[in-house]
Amino acid sequence: MRDGVAIRTDGVMRHYAMGQAMVRAVDGVSIEVKNGEFVALLGSSGSGKSTLLNLMAGLDRPTGGAIFAHDRNLAEMNSEELARHRSHTIGIVFQAFNLLPRMTLEENVELPLRLAEVDRGERASRVHEALERVRLGGRLAHRPTELSGGEQQRGALARALVNRPTILLADEPTGNLDSATGDEIMKLLREINESLGMTIVMVTHERPRAEAFADRLLMMKDGKLDGVAAGNGGRGGAGGNDGAAALRP
Amino acid sequence: MKMRDMTELAVRNLRESLLRNSLTTLGIGVGVASLVAMLSIGVGLQTLASRQLARSGLFNAIFVTPTAREPRFGRPRTGLQPVDESAHPLNADVKAQIAKLPNVTDVYSDVRLTLEVRYEGTSHMTSVAGLPESARGDGAFDGMKGSFFSSAKTDEAILQMEFAKQLSPQPESLIGKDVTIRFMSREPLPATSGGAGGAAGAPARKSAAGDAATGAGSGSGSGDEGGFSVVPHEKQIKVVGIVDADPSAGFGAFGRERVFLPLETAEEVQAAQVNDIQALLRGNPGERRYGSLTVRVKSPEDVAAVEASIKTMGFGTFSLLDASQNLQQVFRVFDSLMGIFGSLALVVASLGVINTLVMAILERRREIGVLKALGASDRDVRRLFFVEAGAMGLLGGVLGLAMGWAIGQAITFATNVYLRSHQIPPAKVTAVPLWLAAIAILFGVLVSLAAGIYPASRAARLNPVEALRYE
Repeated sequence: MRDGVAIRTDGVMRHYAMGQAMVRAVDGVSIEVKNGEFVALLGSSGSGKSTLLNLMAGLDRPTGGAIFAHDRNLAEMNSEELARHRSHTIGIVFQAFNLLPRMTLEENVELPLRLAEVDRGERASRVHEALERVRLGGRLAHRPTELSGGEQQRGALARALVNRPTILLADEPTGNLDSATGDEIMKLLREINESLGMTIVMVTHERPRAEAFADRLLMMKDGKLDGVAAGNGGRGGAGGNDGAAALRP
Repeated sequence: MKMRDMTELAVRNLRESLLRNSLTTLGIGVGVASLVAMLSIGVGLQTLASRQLARSGLFNAIFVTPTAREPRFGRPRTGLQPVDESAHPLNADVKAQIAKLPNVTDVYSDVRLTLEVRYEGTSHMTSVAGLPESARGDGAFDGMKGSFFSSAKTDEAILQMEFAKQLSPQPESLIGKDVTIRFMSREPLPATSGGAGGAAGAPARKSAAGDAATGAGSGSGSGDEGGFSVVPHEKQIKVVGIVDADPSAGFGAFGRERVFLPLETAEEVQAAQVNDIQALLRGNPGERRYGSLTVRVKSPEDVAAVEASIKTMGFGTFSLLDASQNLQQVFRVFDSLMGIFGSLALVVASLGVINTLVMAILERRREIGVLKALGASDRDVRRLFFVEAGAMGLLGGVLGLAMGWAIGQAITFATNVYLRSHQIPPAKVTAVPLWLAAIAILFGVLVSLAAGIYPASRAARLNPVEALRYE
């Protein structure tokens, strides 16, 4: 699977009406993300990068074009199939973490396993495995409010990984974190990418971080692809500012 | 998602907004309670009335008479053959035949006599009725002093209270005492007729009446050589009980019988008596014929079938079946009205369920978005809300059942306090049978599920992208 294509979009469009005006949030984007690749979607706010990520996640449907995940066209899936795609093929993390506040960390991480109808006997070990991977093994019984921002995002990452998806989608995962904690999360993503061979698509507006940790940068502007750049792939320094400067056009 | 996980999540969600969900559940509870209370009154009153009616012996009885002279179709009548009344006599064979019909509990003849009762030197002419064994369970014997007859054929009597008072100022002291009944019996007359009556001390007047009867007997062509004479007899009867009300022995029981004998004892006395002119005129004097029979069946529902069977045997029948059917109809209407009033509260409660769940959607918008992002399908979300609605309905149903039952008990209690203050025996005016309990809980769940349809589908249709953007 390492050599194949994880995600391919073919002139994908997402238009919607806002009052009288037609908003072209994503307007004919064709990209390819290879298996095991770490791609950053860059752009300013309103550039359509988050909408494109939602299309890849199957949370939203394109109004035109096609979008393939492992050669299966999401545009042709019904809502049940899209739910299965979200459950089994992708894992997703958000800027706001979105851990359910009423549940403990362990229960939050277990949630995707419940939805995927994984056997009860298997769940605990899967949850522990995922939490160990993000180095949060000791905080099982804590509620999200009892955790720091970085811990919450690591918990969300464990939740995204627990059902062993092939593609990890991250929407501004460091947006709510201070820079040191943000770097920690970026290192963790890179580590997951390398150790598990996980395909990662990350939306961000922080170009330096993207350059430092991603393999490839896709720039978006006004719903269209506005350029492609190579990233440092985590081989640069921790901050990534030097490498970013070198690659800046 | 599996049902167990779904239920765990639903219960967790319900516990989260505990006050609001408890109030909603209480609302369903009150709705179910009002339904249960209303229906329990309907059911209770119906049971009470049905039982009283069944015990009155009016609605599970069929009155059988010898056939009416109906022309027969399909069989040419020869002018020589008169309509033969004896083709359908109500005799012992017929009685046995009817007794064998399904659901028939008892068949008996109506025996009514006038006898002389003597006690401590005074003598009273009074009417006497035979009581069948099946009368033992009648409501009339509920407050009886003493006991019912020890067997169907025993020299025992139950006295009516008014009559007992005539015999003794302390009527209850009569129980266990013997009274003497006097009656006239018919005895075949030896060929050489003489003062046969003299030995028994029969007045000459009676003997003359006997002679007259002899003449009539000969006229019927029975083949009896001689006539018969009328001889007075005495019998010692032990008083075993005294009853306030007038026990009913069937349709004809509206008379004011004062003394009751076991049916077979009464029949024996009647057979000996001369008051049955028909029997005198009839041919075969050895055969016992009844003027009418009363047939008791297990329950009023069996009346129609048994009545039809007896009709095909060629006898006339009469029952109060129609009246009982009308009564059931009245109760059905009454129940429906009670049910409608009770359901109104449940309708209001269902609005509470809708309100609570719609509020929950607004509050849990983000959560629904997260669930969908993590792989929940529309169906999962819809079912989650349904399970929450159903759980509230189930809890509310159980709670409402308990409350409704308690309300019913309170109504029964209050009614009985009132009845007792008016010297009326207490009665159970409410009842919660098992089917009502089951229906109450089922109704609570169904109404809640119905109320959950709109919120659940709205939650399922929620766009996850918008839900996650929502702050």
